[in-house]
Amino acid sequence: MKMIEIDAKGIYYRDLNRLIRKKIKEGNKEIYLKNVKGQYYICDGIRGDDIKVIIEGIPGNDLGAFMDGPTVILKSNGQDNIGNTMTSGKIIVNGIAGDVCGYAMRGGKLFIKEDAGYRIGIHMKGYKDKKPIIIIGGKAGDFLGEYMAGGILILLGLTAKDNEPIVGDYLGTGMHGGVLYIRGIVDKSKCGKEVEIKNLNKGDKKILEKLITEFCEDFSLNFNEIMSKEFIKLIPKSSRPYGALYAK
Amino acid sequence: MNNRKIFDRGIRNISGCGLVGMINKNGVKVGGEIIKKSVTLLNDRGNGLGAGYAAYGIYPEYKDLYAFHLMYDSKKSLDETEEYLKKNCIIENKEMIPINPKAINNSHPILKRYFLQPGLNTNESIHETGKIEEDEQIVRIVMNINEHIEGAYVFSSGKNMGAFKGVGFPSEIADFFKIDEYEGYIWVGHTRFPTNTPGWWGGAHPFTLLDWAIIHNGEISSYGINKRYLEMFGYKLTLMTDTEVVTYLLDLLIRKHKLSIKTACTILAPPFWKDIDKCDNPDNNYLKKLRMVYGSASLNGPFAIFFAHKRGLVGFNDRVKLRPLVIGTKDESVFMSNEQSEIYVLCETPDRVWTPKASDPVIVSLNENVN
Repeated sequence: MKMIEIDAKGIYYRDLNRLIRKKIKEGNKEIYLKNVKGQYYICDGIRGDDIKVIIEGIPGNDLGAFMDGPTVILKSNGQDNIGNTMTSGKIIVNGIAGDVCGYAMRGGKLFIKEDAGYRIGIHMKGYKDKKPIIIIGGKAGDFLGEYMAGGILILLGLTAKDNEPIVGDYLGTGMHGGVLYIRGIVDKSKCGKEVEIKNLNKGDKKILEKLITEFCEDFSLNFNEIMSKEFIKLIPKSSRPYGALYAK
Repeated sequence: MNNRKIFDRGIRNISGCGLVGMINKNGVKVGGEIIKKSVTLLNDRGNGLGAGYAAYGIYPEYKDLYAFHLMYDSKKSLDETEEYLKKNCIIENKEMIPINPKAINNSHPILKRYFLQPGLNTNESIHETGKIEEDEQIVRIVMNINEHIEGAYVFSSGKNMGAFKGVGFPSEIADFFKIDEYEGYIWVGHTRFPTNTPGWWGGAHPFTLLDWAIIHNGEISSYGINKRYLEMFGYKLTLMTDTEVVTYLLDLLIRKHKLSIKTACTILAPPFWKDIDKCDNPDNNYLKKLRMVYGSASLNGPFAIFFAHKRGLVGFNDRVKLRPLVIGTKDESVFMSNEQSEIYVLCETPDRVWTPKASDPVIVSLNENVN
């Protein structure tokens, strides 16, 4: 079945999302949305590993929230809350992304080519085969991976100029699961007290190489150049940092 | 005085607002249609309990006079206010604000505008004119009307600018005030979702005083402290909405205390003590002093604030970025909003789009050669 096109110009978000669902229900596997401008909740909760949605324009907040399976390719920048509580599938953002992306993600992949805002990946979590993955090609703001409970969050900082820091303050604050890989050096004073900075082991490198390869393919980036710089990893000191808070 | 009733004032609702701002640094004016269109896209960030606009450069024929926009509950409050204005100002012209009442579904106050300058007309004036600056006289007149004349509110008092606001959705309020008939070189627009203060005509944004116009998304949880602080300097907080404090704080810090816009923003959203205390911070002494002197002027709680004045537009966030803020530029124009898609409504092909860091103000001024 060939790709169908929806011109989203001037369509209210509810009507647009209804239309997308209708088209999927009718058996369409590939949808091309053009002239998107600010419509909220696009692709929220849609299912099916074989569904692909390509978006031209700037979608509103909560793109792909609760999504389970599909691939969403956003050709330009995105707003806030992309991939909110997503279950599985993949979202590719070919530009910058706003705040709170990947919030409470429980599976799937969110690849952001350039900078991302504040609170990316907060409270993302994993369980058994569900392992959410976020890769940010550029810089990220404060509270990256705050309260992180599972999954993998990778920050590359490719857009940083000179010695500009690639991440903000309160990194991994309250983290109690999962792992953060950061390309470059991280100032300990920027990290939450619940995390520790470690060097990568062989297992980490394998995971990282596989994911970065995929990231480079999606955005036509140079793998060797990205891998030429050292990474560090941030992991929680404890899986239950506040376990004894009320017990003593 | 605080139990006055003016339209829907008791209603409370929960959630966030939408903001749009634009400026052309060369002073090139644009019509209100575009700002209406962009704020309307943010419709779902509001709930119809308040929307408003402010535009700069709209009254060139009266550019040296203060343009007062008044809302009145009744003919009585109108008569009383006009009596007061006659005693304290020289009114060059007055007229009803042009409106289209069919554009909104609810009732509206009497809306009238006056082009005036402060000045004694009789011996009965309560102000010592001549001894204080014009701007200060205007502030006192505004405060007096808002505090003492029942059912009367000055909702705009700057030169060659005006605020237009009320209860309704942004497109309704734009049509109600015929926003598309005005042309301005700076515009701000707002749609409101009142959180913990009532949605009423005077509570819609922008909040203005002289040529300051402030729109805000968030909640000023330091309102009580800020209010008491401002009252020490003679400001009367009568509008029952947290954003009002921001307007008066900026007036106090920038106009009266003659601080720079950057410094004023640092006072409103100061760096954390832990960052000030970092020994490699060359400004730590200065920042310490600012926090100590102006502690009661700092704002707590989540916010994205845009403030316009006759020569510029500023956008900034709270310190931990609890509200979104996006900036776009195209040649000599700068656009600001809560949502990136807005930038593309204002300008199809911006040169650059970015999100500033928390509490890092984006300060845009008219080019120096622009009058």
